[in-house]
Amino acid sequence: MAQWKRICTLDEIPRLGARVVERGAPPNIALFRTADDQVFALLDQCPHKQGPLSQGLVTDTHVTCPLHGWRISLVDGQAQGADAGCAATVPVQLEDGWISLESSHESH
Amino acid sequence: MTAHPPLNSLQPRPIAERTRPKLVVVGNGMAGVRTLEELLKLAPDKYDITVFGSEPHPNYNRILLSPVLAGEMTLKEIILNDVDWYENHDIKLNTSSRITRIDRVLRQVFSADGRVEKYDRLLLATGSTPFILPIPGHDLPGVLSYRDIADTDAMIEAASRYHHAVVIGGGLLGLEAANGLRQRGMTVTVVHVMPWLMERQLDRPAAELLKKSLEDRGLQFKLGCETSELMRGEDGRVCALRFKDGSTLATELVVMSVGIRPNTALAESAGLFCHRGIVVNDTLQTFDPRIYAVGECVSHRGIAYGLVAPLFEQAKVAANHLAEYGIACYKGSVTSTKLKVTGIDLFSAGQFMGADDSEDIVLSDPAAGVYKKLVLKDDQLVGAVLYGDTADSAWYMQLLKDAQKVTELRPHLLFGQHHLGDSGHKGETQASSLPDHAEICGCNGVCKGTIIKTIKERGLFTLEEVRQHTKASSSCGSCTGLVEQLLASTVGGAYQPADGLHKALCPCTDHTHEEVRKAIREEHLLTIPQIMTFLVWKTPNGCATCRPALNYYLISSWPHEARDDPQSRFINERAHANIQKDGSFSVVPRLWGGLATPAELRAIADAAEKYAVPTLKITGGQRIDLLGVKKKDLPRMWADLAKSGLVSGHAYGKSLRTVKTCVGSEHCRFGTQRSMALGVRLEKMLFGMWTPHKVKLAVSGCPRNCAESGIKDVGIIGVDSGYEIYVAGNGGIKTVVAQFLCKVASDDEVLEVVGAFLQLYREQARYLDRTVHWVERAGLDFVKQQVVEDLEQRQTLYERLLFALQGTEDPWTEIAANPSHLQEFEVMSL
Ligand SMILES: Cc1cc2nc3c(=O)[nH]c(=O)nc-3n(C[C@H](O)[C@H](O)[C@H](O)COP(=O)(O)OP(=O)(O)OC[C@H]3O[C@@H](n4cnc5c(N)ncnc54)[C@H](O)[C@@H]3O)c2cc1C
Ligand code: SF4
Ligand code: FES
Repeated sequence: MAQWKRICTLDEIPRLGARVVERGAPPNIALFRTADDQVFALLDQCPHKQGPLSQGLVTDTHVTCPLHGWRISLVDGQAQGADAGCAATVPVQLEDGWISLESSHESH
Repeated sequence: MTAHPPLNSLQPRPIAERTRPKLVVVGNGMAGVRTLEELLKLAPDKYDITVFGSEPHPNYNRILLSPVLAGEMTLKEIILNDVDWYENHDIKLNTSSRITRIDRVLRQVFSADGRVEKYDRLLLATGSTPFILPIPGHDLPGVLSYRDIADTDAMIEAASRYHHAVVIGGGLLGLEAANGLRQRGMTVTVVHVMPWLMERQLDRPAAELLKKSLEDRGLQFKLGCETSELMRGEDGRVCALRFKDGSTLATELVVMSVGIRPNTALAESAGLFCHRGIVVNDTLQTFDPRIYAVGECVSHRGIAYGLVAPLFEQAKVAANHLAEYGIACYKGSVTSTKLKVTGIDLFSAGQFMGADDSEDIVLSDPAAGVYKKLVLKDDQLVGAVLYGDTADSAWYMQLLKDAQKVTELRPHLLFGQHHLGDSGHKGETQASSLPDHAEICGCNGVCKGTIIKTIKERGLFTLEEVRQHTKASSSCGSCTGLVEQLLASTVGGAYQPADGLHKALCPCTDHTHEEVRKAIREEHLLTIPQIMTFLVWKTPNGCATCRPALNYYLISSWPHEARDDPQSRFINERAHANIQKDGSFSVVPRLWGGLATPAELRAIADAAEKYAVPTLKITGGQRIDLLGVKKKDLPRMWADLAKSGLVSGHAYGKSLRTVKTCVGSEHCRFGTQRSMALGVRLEKMLFGMWTPHKVKLAVSGCPRNCAESGIKDVGIIGVDSGYEIYVAGNGGIKTVVAQFLCKVASDDEVLEVVGAFLQLYREQARYLDRTVHWVERAGLDFVKQQVVEDLEQRQTLYERLLFALQGTEDPWTEIAANPSHLQEFEVMSL
């Protein structure tokens, strides 16, 4: 069964921003917060050329990759528009203002 | 009867279905379906839509019939909307179903195959019909016109059985037909009544060149010949043409391509007012308010268009009104023509013939097969014919549409926008001469063949679409000209460069940059959400294009009042360092005027060692770049550098970058001015200045110009009696030599003029305009007037700049010293 581990509070991610969570081994996880305080998590790797999605610009429920501008859905990781590719989504929980990730997720 | 009604009939039907008004479209062609596409974007569920088309096919790209005829493409490849598209959008499609009658009282249409459909709104998009010369024999077997798939199939079939063809009509379509038949192995003669080909698009010299290259491809011509009869052979088919002078020409196939007529028969029979087309107003409404019309069947302000681009503009407006937005207005289009014969480059637009009150600028090099003519009137470009080298057609088209004054451009107008050469594709400016495997977009590694294939297969029409689908031209943009040429030569006149003056900021809004800025100023808007609410943004929080622009407009309009929004900045400006392809960052400390002390150099060396920086590089801007720094190390590295007084070099920002200096009279035996000292003063004054795009300066101590002042946004050259100031140069993707702005006597005046110039740029340029783009649009005369001639205005601009820059702090020190800023750089762990 999945073990949830508290990572940070909602306030620790800026609205329309992101934070990076390191795991035992790369790739990292990117945590995103939308304007209406939804939280999403993706592996921090763009399907195009592995750009760090955590460093992108967040709009609505999308992030624009900082390297070549692909737009990736935070909901399902799918590249939008004419681009084809998918970033891996990571299960994430928001409860009582705390954000948790599954700690049994590989590594350890 | 069953005891219970089936379950689903108990479910209430969705309200939308019960009350949706019915929209009926007559004509399943390019204009009609484009209108539906535009409508679905605005109001996807508004109507219950039914389409009638007399052809048996879903909507296809009619302009690509020529490559199909020439054997370069297949019919399947030119379908624009397949049957699934109609289904997915819940549109009822009736193919092979010609509407024969409209009852405007009952609001019903009737089709030849017995269908009846009620409408609340009706859209007529019946296109046009080929004009058939009313001469004896015009209806013989073996006489075809060239309009649709059926005609094309018939020609392909004829080409497989017969050898000799005649095309009557030496216009665009006729020549494309002739070329196609020739490609299929027939001998082809083009018979044209006028003394030269394509007389409606070309002047005589250009037409002569065209004729010659078509002759080289095996076509034959009879010009100035009027056909009086088509003669019938023993087998009942056409066998020859007879001309007015009595002579004859044997043939087995005749293609008549002598013009088109708007297809108004249906509208006329319904009593709609038609005059050389169905007459519509600026909202594409006919005289019956329930009936709209678009496309070639329409007459708008007395003009019926025969090219795709205007029809697409009409489609947009009609859709806007069908969606009941009621704000769009169609004011007519400026059209241009390209001939889609592979390997022939030809472009024509506007009043290309010239008149008594206009002037021509002509370049003619028949041996090289190049001819260019530009027609100017009142200092504006009003027409152009290009043959052999159409590299600059998009630029000319833009100048034409924008009715821009070309006074300053005039000396090099004929040589085009690209005469200084873009870097990245070996100075190649003629896309047609390149082989398919030639790389067009060096940034994204896209070759010519891929671009053309994608344009054709995906049915693309705009530069934006090509960028999305191929990535070509989407990065540095230096290949934009080449991509535009490929687009233009593939889809013909259907490609129109975007309207540069009235370009919406991004797809999130219809407002232009200028309108957005005006609203910010006049309404005193201070935050991005305020702008988006006031201007009714279409997306909840914008996109990666508009947010950084809005952030810049806010902080430049309301310095010290509007708060910077880090989440609306690109990562480089948020992290105050440049992201590299592996996600690491580069750090460039400022070396004022390119000068350094031993202590500063030592601090850089120490930091490089302490943070295990893999690469140190001396930059072109006379500084040192530490490459490969981890993001989480940035604040500590900055704090270390700050101990020796080093601050941010803003190498990452749309901001002041470097002030490059030569050693000047302090050391150089040629020097006339102290260029280092002036450079440092300028750099200190402008430190931390945010701008629409990056800004680079240079100061040279004498005209030998060792600091390369001639290719900077602002370049200063010392002379005996003072300084010459040059502006709007560029050394990047596109090398542009800076233009002379003025000469001043003292260092203080340099500061004031440069400050005023940059403030004007900050206030007026669009986000991501370099100074060169802005000055090109605003005009150097205007800039001179504001910052050189009008001393009061210069002073106010200068003061506004100094006010905005008051109290600017070094972002590195600020972040390193302020724990609340550190979050951006901290990494959490699982
Ligand atoms: C061979 C060729 C090459 C061309 N090349 C270029 C080019 O390079 N660049 C360019 O800009 N333009 C080009 N054009 C012109 C361009 O194709 C037209 O401008 C455009 O297709 C017109 O669109 P439309 O919707 O008005 O008419 P169409 O695309 O002709 O569509 C009208 C449709 O309505 C149907 N219809 C008519 N009456 C009825 C009725 N009563 N009931 C049901 N259906 C009906 C017709 O069958 C037809 O399918 C070319 C045209 C041809 C034929
Ligand atoms: S520009 Fe003139 S003053 Fe400056 S280094 Fe060169 S020669 Fe000397
Ligand atoms: S790596 Fe993300 S867009 Fe290229």
